[in-house]
Order: sequence, then structure tokens, then C-alpha cells
Amino acid sequence: MDWPFLFATAKTLLTGVPLTLRLAATSLCAGFVLAVGIAALAGSRFAPARWLAALYVMLFQGTPLLVQIFIVYYGFGQIDFLRASFAWPFLQQAYWCAVLALSLNTSAYGAEIIRGAIAAVPAREIEAARAMGMSGLLLRRRIIWPQALQYGLANYGNEAILLLKATSLASVITLMDVTGLAYRLVSKTYRSEEIFTVAGLIYLALTFVIATGVHLLERRLTPCRRV
Amino acid sequence: MSTPAFTLIGFGPEGWGKLLLLAAGLTLVAAVCSFALGSLLGAAGAALKLASSRSLRGIGTFYTTVFRGIPEILVVYLFYFGGSLALTRLMHLAGFPGFFSLPSFIIGVVAIGLVSGAYQTEAYRSAYLRLERGQIEAGKACGMSRFVLLWRVIAPQTLRFALPALGNIWQSVLKETALLSIIGLVELLRQSTIASGATRQPLLFYGVAALLYLVMGQITALGIRTVEKRLARCWGR
Repeated sequence: MDWPFLFATAKTLLTGVPLTLRLAATSLCAGFVLAVGIAALAGSRFAPARWLAALYVMLFQGTPLLVQIFIVYYGFGQIDFLRASFAWPFLQQAYWCAVLALSLNTSAYGAEIIRGAIAAVPAREIEAARAMGMSGLLLRRRIIWPQALQYGLANYGNEAILLLKATSLASVITLMDVTGLAYRLVSKTYRSEEIFTVAGLIYLALTFVIATGVHLLERRLTPCRRV
Repeated sequence: MSTPAFTLIGFGPEGWGKLLLLAAGLTLVAAVCSFALGSLLGAAGAALKLASSRSLRGIGTFYTTVFRGIPEILVVYLFYFGGSLALTRLMHLAGFPGFFSLPSFIIGVVAIGLVSGAYQTEAYRSAYLRLERGQIEAGKACGMSRFVLLWRVIAPQTLRFALPALGNIWQSVLKETALLSIIGLVELLRQSTIASGATRQPLLFYGVAALLYLVMGQITALGIRTVEKRLARCWGR
């Protein structure tokens, strides 16, 4: 074991953690906002809105994330109105391309989780609330959303972990996140086993932190189900 | 000046249609091989995780934690660089100088297979746990040997319970094969990159690639759902 080399590698790779986390956090937030919208469409009484949501989910879940990243990064430059729009200064940067692709991708999965969580709220509780005279926002704020949050949190935590792992694909479009730095280091030193193992350990540590955080949050939010 | 899109993705002399379809075929073959390898690893992993020995369970947990916790792309890179280096060292020891590399198809199938095996472990394990204990006891009481019990009682029901999860894993394996494009295998995504480089039409070719992935995914999903329904019928009362 070449400890000095491992430490030097870890030090280099850890400088990529902020970018990895920033990609994941930005996409998670933007993806959640989109997911709420898609889930609302999916639960709409207006059939074409439901079809639109289903199509969206199918498109983003049915194609590889790498293809989506390539379409945004390489393909969007061909679209003239995008080049003329305010978004172009952003879409010229690999970072925002990655964020856009990751957000769209995670929003499709997030929408399914939200839809499932809302469907899991017992219908009789909603009926009871309506019988008490609650409706609209009050019903959602007091009855539906708090319970949907409890049901959906664990699944959304899993999605956050998958998203964190997915940010590694941003390295393919030149971003120097943990994976990008590891790749560059390997092409300089050819010590692939050590470098990729260190990179893997960093990701394992990050996913462990997220999983623990979600678990703690879940315990806090569900005092009634605690054993 | 520019060739119309239909000519470019068509099957004429200027068209990339045939190459793209062949590449899609390779994607499908790679996905099937990876999934099959993953099934073997998944069955072994589930057996480890359900074992009574603590150290065996530890090995199983280690496998699933590691391969579900790190990005697939790292696993692919590790095998790509590591596999070739190991082979080169081995060949040097055997007296062959120079650099040797493993075919990227094999590296890719092993890497994706290992990752999907970790997910399949969980699928098989939770399916086994859904099995009624009484059935295993009844089988033992009838004097079935361990193998017969596994073959007649455990395996068919575990498979059936695991099928929905396996369907999801198959979909992700199919999409993960896109990662093999970065280690040089000319599968669907790589072929689209080549075509878009030659024609300067990335939007068109990545769009076609996305469509082909979607079609492959949807058709196989339909097949899996049909099998699921059929199995549900003979289990139903």
C-alpha cells in the first residue's frame, strides 16, 4: 500500500466534492419543482394533461441519461431559437447543460414518487376532511401533503442517492467533479485501481451521509410510527 | 447544401440507418449478456445474504453496498483501465512485451453485470422472503431433498415474485449500456456520436438514438408485462 499516494489522491479528488454536491443539490431542487408540476398534471381531471405527464415520464425514464446529456450539450446548439434566447449564455456552459439534463431526468422519477405518495394517502381521511368542510388548499396543507411527505420521503431519498451517482456522468462533458478528476489523474499516472477505489470510497461516504440524513429526517417526521 | 434528415437516417448510400440499427442490436446483445451475468451474481448474492453464517452475509452485504453505492461509470472505468493493466502485467510476466487490452464488450458486460447483480441480489432476496415459510416446511415434510425443494418450490415462486423488480432492473441495464460508448464500444450511442460528428447533426442522431432506446425499452417492457400477467393467472384463484 502506497499510503502517501493514496492520501495525495484523496486530497485531489476531494476538491471535486463541492462540484459534485452542487450539481446534485441544484438538480434535486430544480427537479423537485418540475416533479411537483408533472405530478399535478398526472393527477389532473383533464385527460390530455395526464397524457402529457405520462409522455414526459416515459421519455425521460426510457432513454439513457447520457443520451439526454449529449442532446442538451451537443444538440441544443443546432436549435436557432435557443441560440437567440436568453438561455444561450447558460447553455454554452457544460455545468448548466449537466444541471438541465439531470433536473429533467430526476423530475420524471420524482413525479412518479410524488404521485405514488399522494395516492397512498387513505381516501377515507380525505372524505372525513371533506365532511368536516375542508377543501382546496386547506385540505391539502393539513391532510394530504403532510402524509404524502411521510410516505414519499424514503423514496425521494433513494432518488437523491441515484441523482448523486448520476452526477458522475457530467464528467463526460468535461466537468471536473470527483469522477472527472479521477479520470484525469488516471490518464496521468495510470494507477487506476488506487485512484478509482478512492473515488468510489468518496461516493460511498456521500451516499451514506445522504441515507443517514434522510433516515433521521424520516424519524423526525413520523413520530407516530416510531418503534 | 445540407442533406435532408430523412436521407441521413435512411438506408441509402448517404444514410446511417443500417449502422444505427446494427449498433442498436449490439446494445441489445450487451444488455442481455450483462443482465444474464447479473442474474447469476444476483442469485449467488441472495444466497450469501440469506446464509446462516455471519461472514457469508457480510460478504453479500459488502457486495451490494459497494456496487449500489458507487456510480456505474466508475465501475466501468475501473474495469477498463484496471483490466487492461492487469492483462498487460500478466503478459509481461509470460514474456510478451507491449500493451494488451481486453475487448471493451467483455469489460462492459462484466462491469454492468456486476452492478446489476447487486440490484438483482436485493430483488431475489426480498422475493424469497415473501415466500410462505409453511411451503418450505411442507416440502421438507414430504421428503424433498434440498435441490428438489429449490427447483420445485423456491425457484419458481421467487422468480415470479421478483419479476416486477427484475423488469425495472432490465430497463436500467439497457440504459446503462450507453456507458460502454465511453470505453470505445461502438454500440448505439457511440455510433450516433460518430454519425453526428461526420454530418454535424448531433440533435438528429442523438434524437434517433433516444428513440431507439425508447422503442427497445418499451417492447421488452411489454413482453415482461405479458409474462407477469400469464404467471399471475396460474397463481390466481
